Amino acid sequence: MADCGSNEEVAVIFNTDITSTESENNLINTMVEIGATLLRKMEINVTEAEKRTGKNTVNMQETYTVYLIETRSAETVPEGGTPTTPDTLWRRYSEFELLRTYLLVTYPYIIIPPLPEKRAEFVWHKMSADNLDPDFVERRRVGLENFLLRVASHPVLSNDKIFFLFLTEEKEWREVVLETGFQDKVDSRLKSLSAMFRVKNPDKRFTALKHYSDELNSVISQLLRVRAKVADRLYGVYKVHGNYGRVFSEWSAIEKEMGDGLQSAGHHMDTFAASIDDILEEEEHYADQLKEYLFYAEAVRSVCRKHELIQYELEMVAQDLVSKKQQKEELATGTVRVFSLKGMTSKLFGQESQEQRESRLAALEQSTREGEETLKERNTECQEFVRTAWEDIGRFKEQKDRDLREALISYAIMQISMCKKGIQVWSNAKECFNKM
Amino acid sequence: MSGQTFPADFSGHMLDLDEDDDLEVFSKNTSLADSSPMPNSPSSMVNQYRPEEEEEEEEQLQQQQGANDKDIFITVDNPESHVTAIETFIMYRVETKTTRGEYDSSEYEVLRRYQDFVWLRSKLEETHPTLIVHPLPEKFVMKGMVERFNNDFIETRRKALHRFLNKISEHPILSYSQHFKVFLTAQELLSHKKQGPGFLSRMGETVRAVANSVRGLRSRPEEFSLMQEYVEDFSNKIYSVDKVTQRIIKEQREYLDELKQYSPTYAQWAESEEELAEPLNGVASCVERCSKESDEQIHHMSEVLVPALHEYVLCTETLKAVMRRRDNIQAEFEAKNVALASRRADQESLQDEVDGLADRVELANNALRGDWSRWQNGMRSDLKSAFLSTAEKNVDYYEQCLAVWESFLLSQRVEPGEQRDGEDEPLPTHPIID
Repeated sequence: MADCGSNEEVAVIFNTDITSTESENNLINTMVEIGATLLRKMEINVTEAEKRTGKNTVNMQETYTVYLIETRSAETVPEGGTPTTPDTLWRRYSEFELLRTYLLVTYPYIIIPPLPEKRAEFVWHKMSADNLDPDFVERRRVGLENFLLRVASHPVLSNDKIFFLFLTEEKEWREVVLETGFQDKVDSRLKSLSAMFRVKNPDKRFTALKHYSDELNSVISQLLRVRAKVADRLYGVYKVHGNYGRVFSEWSAIEKEMGDGLQSAGHHMDTFAASIDDILEEEEHYADQLKEYLFYAEAVRSVCRKHELIQYELEMVAQDLVSKKQQKEELATGTVRVFSLKGMTSKLFGQESQEQRESRLAALEQSTREGEETLKERNTECQEFVRTAWEDIGRFKEQKDRDLREALISYAIMQISMCKKGIQVWSNAKECFNKM
Repeated sequence: MSGQTFPADFSGHMLDLDEDDDLEVFSKNTSLADSSPMPNSPSSMVNQYRPEEEEEEEEQLQQQQGANDKDIFITVDNPESHVTAIETFIMYRVETKTTRGEYDSSEYEVLRRYQDFVWLRSKLEETHPTLIVHPLPEKFVMKGMVERFNNDFIETRRKALHRFLNKISEHPILSYSQHFKVFLTAQELLSHKKQGPGFLSRMGETVRAVANSVRGLRSRPEEFSLMQEYVEDFSNKIYSVDKVTQRIIKEQREYLDELKQYSPTYAQWAESEEELAEPLNGVASCVERCSKESDEQIHHMSEVLVPALHEYVLCTETLKAVMRRRDNIQAEFEAKNVALASRRADQESLQDEVDGLADRVELANNALRGDWSRWQNGMRSDLKSAFLSTAEKNVDYYEQCLAVWESFLLSQRVEPGEQRDGEDEPLPTHPIID
């Protein structure tokens, strides 16, 4: 297994159901942080997928897939003892989505791990874009497991109670989540993502990070698009060689001396044509690794936007305070520098009495004090956000560099494997041609 | 020894079959076969004169040595555009180096155009109707060809013309054709073209041939029926192989077009990364190098396998024509034979004619029979070599790509930031990572 030179502990991920490439992927993608993360205490697997039918919210019959989550204590089993049976529960994709939305709202300064794609995208023609297709379901199962492992190994997210309940409490969980009232915050989150507002003093680091996330999104999308086209073409090349197999076989029937050589060469052509299926399936794997970071880019962007909103609101509060102070000053000195409706109306309809002025002044004092309090709070909030966000961003950057480097290495390994198969097939074919 | 009696039979029969202007050549040929074998190498003229007891052995050896005994070397090159008032055409330089006695000089250089090759081939077919004369490249190529003087087209044609002449020169009979010699040596071909049976007499022959074929054969000897069947089957198969090959090249070209997009995308990504920039650029460079290898592999296939298959596709037309001509010769004889049986008058002259035609049938059959196995061996050898070369190139392609990716892996084994030693160490045969 590739050793990245890191001293971090590696979680024991016990799972015999997944293929070696997938377990490799899990290992690669889920280097556990040092610290008390959930993963040190608990093994988590998504082991199965099943189709269910039921009535949905509008009372219509629908078919959906549920995934089996297995959890087990990570204590080492004594010699000769049997491993404890895991606790299991079933979850469907929409429940994962609910969990993620909750996390997004509750930890706006954290780059929340993404879910596997909702619909199959960047498909090349052989792949089904159908959500019920077994290959898609299988890849989604792996992606969901990956998501859980990422959350469970995050220094902050892994301690979340709702997450723990997601893994352990099948029936009641939905109510508990909704009871947290996170949905109210969803609106403001949506506002932060879509609103157009201008921040006067943008934080340069966040601006750069947002720009980076856009770049990452754009370049990985492009890479995935190209990959799909290349896969399509490569499939064509290999499969057409299968025609050689058929034609050589027919041709060998009418030849005497050449017959044997042609026939056996034809078989190797068939082998060559068939080999592309495995090759491209492995490559899907690489595409999934890229997709995860494509979606991560979106998560990074949303943290930046959230910061922008906080910064904007802070600026609004500060501006409001300044305006109140100016009003107070004017009222105290009698000069009008700032337009106020009260001031205007008093100008038009006559001066107000001393009493009125003093009560207004008092109200403004109160408002100003409150404003100062709010400003202090918001400032602290903003600073805290910036601090925690940059901690997580640093962690994310390291994880990203590690994971993607491993992905590139495994891509190289795949290419090597493909070349070796090619060498073998064509060497064999060469032998057969020699016998012609 | 299968080849033993072959040249002797041929030379004897060819004497009777051929027209006058070839007679000279064949009488020389017979004398050579009887008294002295072909020279072993261009430089050793001494070898032409051998004691008779060694003659048989020598002949056998020659059959086996094959190409090593070549005494005539022909190249076609230097295509040049010639412009006249009426037309523009390409002239090819045909260079001949030979030690054969019947050639006055040992080196010749002439200019020939495609039409001249067409003339030569039709003369050869006329003279030897049941020999398998190698095909010429096509006059036009239907698909995708707009410009007649497109460089690729000219180069492909030049190579095919070169092959054509060499194939003729390797043929034990055709190589000694007077027309062939004239083609290789005469500075000005036009006067030679005007000799021989005129257009009208050729037309007459064609009409007769058609008439005879309409009448049909009474019975074709089994061996030629089998041959006919084979020609049909082979023609289908070789056409299919050719089509599959063209399709593969097309798919590979399309694959390569898409692959070329990979490298710039990885490079672009590298620009916005820090730690990742190095491996990303590494992958970008690997993909680019593999693209180059793929390009070469496609090029090789187009240069080696495609022309070889294409030639044999064209050959099938030749084979069919040869079978037809043989059938016609037999049909002509049968027709006259029938006429002989029915008519009472001029029995004698008819009998002579019939006898002559009977001989002609036998000669034609023998010629074909002999050339048939020669052609099959040639086909097997040519296609085997083309397929072998293709397989070798494919192995080479994968080996090159393997080395590229392995060197990338090697570069990733080192901690980022450390100096690397470059390509000083030999690459391992297996990747370090399992």
